[in-house]
Amino acid sequence: MKKIGIAGYGSTRFSKNDIPIEELLLESTKQVFQTTSNLSQDLIDGVLVSTNDNSKYLSAILSELTGIKPKISHTIEHLCSSGTNAVISAFSYIASGLADVILVAGGDVIGNPGQVLEWDKSRGQFNHPIYWGSMFTKAHKRKFNTTEEELAIVSAKNHKQAIDNPNSYSHKPYTISQIMNSKIITDDLRILDCSYPCSGSASILLASEDILKKFTDTPVWISGIGQKTNSASFTKNDLSTLSSTVSASDDAYTMSNTNPNEIDVAEIHDAFSVCELMAVGDLGLTKKDKASEFVRNLFNTENRKINPRGGLIGAGHPLGATGISQIIEITQQLQNNAQKRQIPNARKGLVHNMSAAATSSTVLILES
Amino acid sequence: MNKFQNELKGGNFVISECTSCNQVVWPPSNFCNICHNNTIWRNANNIGKIIEFSKKNNDYFGLIEIEQNLKVMGKIIGSETPRIEQKVELKNCSYNKTPEFIFEIISN
Repeated sequence: MKKIGIAGYGSTRFSKNDIPIEELLLESTKQVFQTTSNLSQDLIDGVLVSTNDNSKYLSAILSELTGIKPKISHTIEHLCSSGTNAVISAFSYIASGLADVILVAGGDVIGNPGQVLEWDKSRGQFNHPIYWGSMFTKAHKRKFNTTEEELAIVSAKNHKQAIDNPNSYSHKPYTISQIMNSKIITDDLRILDCSYPCSGSASILLASEDILKKFTDTPVWISGIGQKTNSASFTKNDLSTLSSTVSASDDAYTMSNTNPNEIDVAEIHDAFSVCELMAVGDLGLTKKDKASEFVRNLFNTENRKINPRGGLIGAGHPLGATGISQIIEITQQLQNNAQKRQIPNARKGLVHNMSAAATSSTVLILES
Repeated sequence: MNKFQNELKGGNFVISECTSCNQVVWPPSNFCNICHNNTIWRNANNIGKIIEFSKKNNDYFGLIEIEQNLKVMGKIIGSETPRIEQKVELKNCSYNKTPEFIFEIISN
């Protein structure tokens, strides 16, 4: 298979502002053109847009706004993991030989319709994500004796790390005590345990090995891909495991011939605090019953290995942009270009992106 | 509006079951996801057990297993704090933009 890598990227700041989706997508794409050497419109074979927005024909609109006339263009929607799934599609087009260079632009506007899955009648009236977040949290507390403080540490760490991410929604530090005493959402969730839906866009340029050299001297390769969908309905989940994450990571590790202990830095889908604790175990980054201790140690030692960008909790969660923003962070880390967020000597990174209460997960392995 | 929603509006919780392999198909569908034959509607069990629960404001809610392969989120009422594996009875169901299920704890 052809080697395929990341040739360029751009991102807006994530915010609560109600900005038209076209404007957001254009802004992050504009940055791709501004920061990628030798890039011109005629070199781009495909334009894929990942979004949950109801607007029509966004890939064609973005192409017209940027002067691209692609051979392949369409929108990809997969709720919260739309971004990484659009990248898998772009990867596949390039690997097949149908394209050499593809722009993937992700974005969503605060209040987008991707936050509630109306189809899932099994959730009854409890169809907002806070309810599945509460079920996972309560189950984790029950199985692993997880404390409120251990959950709050996830949020404290990620809010702290987001301060050094210029595009994050939050730049405010919170103490563990502030998080534990923040607004009660349910008996098992505080407001600061929740990621925040917001507006934002992130774009990346993927290219095959031959052409990539034209755009960058510091290529980052996508060496492993795993995607697993178990269901669409939340109530089929086992509450003790993100089973789609386990399957997706097994495939990604196998494809890239990587062992979890080789991962230097990871972006984890912390929709709620408990998701980070579950994911670090299910991805094999630590033992499942040591997840709280693992994250506590990272926090106490100011080790940014997990969610250096601030995660969804700190950076915000514009659904269609989230997975792409995670990939950009790992790319910058592997290029030794993450500034204050930099993990020393990072060589291999992992991206973990989920949808709809972990009914579907995507895992990517990136290497420098 | 389909039969599932219409029946819920009338206070009746129906589920779909395959006419060929007898599997319950949930969330409801006219089509079996095992053998791809058509399904029929039948009443769901009205006794279930609590898989997990939490509380928002003063109301308990949780994940209830009604039958094998059929779990649903609903409100939990009763005079005591819920427990895992505790039996509950469907006391009321309705449809108002979303399905609504209310389960009552069966005291030992």
